[in-house]
Amino acid sequence: MLEWILAILILIGAFFTLVGSIGLYKLSDFYMRLHGPTKASTLGVGAILIASAIHFSFKTDGVSLHEILVTLFLFITAPVSAHLMAKAAIHIKVKQVERTRQLEEK
Amino acid sequence: MIQRLFPHPLLSLILWGIWLLLNNTLSAGHIVLGAVLAIFIPWLTSSYWPEKILIRRPWMLVLYIFRVLFEILVANAVVAKLILGPQKKLKPGFLHYELQLTSPVGIGLLANTISLTPGTVSCDLTKDRRYLLIHALHIDDVEAIRAEIHRKFEKPLLEIFITC
Repeated sequence: MLEWILAILILIGAFFTLVGSIGLYKLSDFYMRLHGPTKASTLGVGAILIASAIHFSFKTDGVSLHEILVTLFLFITAPVSAHLMAKAAIHIKVKQVERTRQLEEK
Repeated sequence: MIQRLFPHPLLSLILWGIWLLLNNTLSAGHIVLGAVLAIFIPWLTSSYWPEKILIRRPWMLVLYIFRVLFEILVANAVVAKLILGPQKKLKPGFLHYELQLTSPVGIGLLANTISLTPGTVSCDLTKDRRYLLIHALHIDDVEAIRAEIHRKFEKPLLEIFITC
């Protein structure tokens, strides 16, 4: 039973990490490429880490909670780095796909 | 006195928890060492955090975290579909989101949540802290995106953080 849960979690993790990478390769401009790694890869790595936490909690003495911490830091840092990259990209006016919706004037 | 010892009680508590998690133990030594660090670090850095963080309803924050985790799952399914689908159909774009939140921590949390959830990445905050600039992977209806962010994330945050 435990093996099944772990296998499913790892598969989910691998799938989303793959989707994130495909997004990074396939999407057409910088801003769109940001979406892949910030979301998909975060969840992918998160799922793999949870699987790791469960595995080591059951296989060894005591609970293993390092992974929870890694997940937490990842969830805090991924959006912040995406935000900074987007901000820098806007500042130096990185090229956008033509069909990008522009801002209304404020 | 207590105010000076614990400028940020919440930060102290979080630091203590993280220290124990990092060391993966609950031994007496680490509990004491963690407590010492949890008191000293906020004390040393308090000049960088002039405003006090007040959380009105702590249980709402816990509820909010679970909601965000759930939304991250949904967001990933949506984004996976968009990424794997045909590229020509995607209509990316920028939009402004008018903030009602005024507390810096609240805005930070909201921006982080927006980046982690359905097809949106927060890009910039205007200088007057009134608008958040957001890039969306696919825009069907701008107002719908704004309404969703407000209903799902900003409203609970408005109830949690008080401005001061």
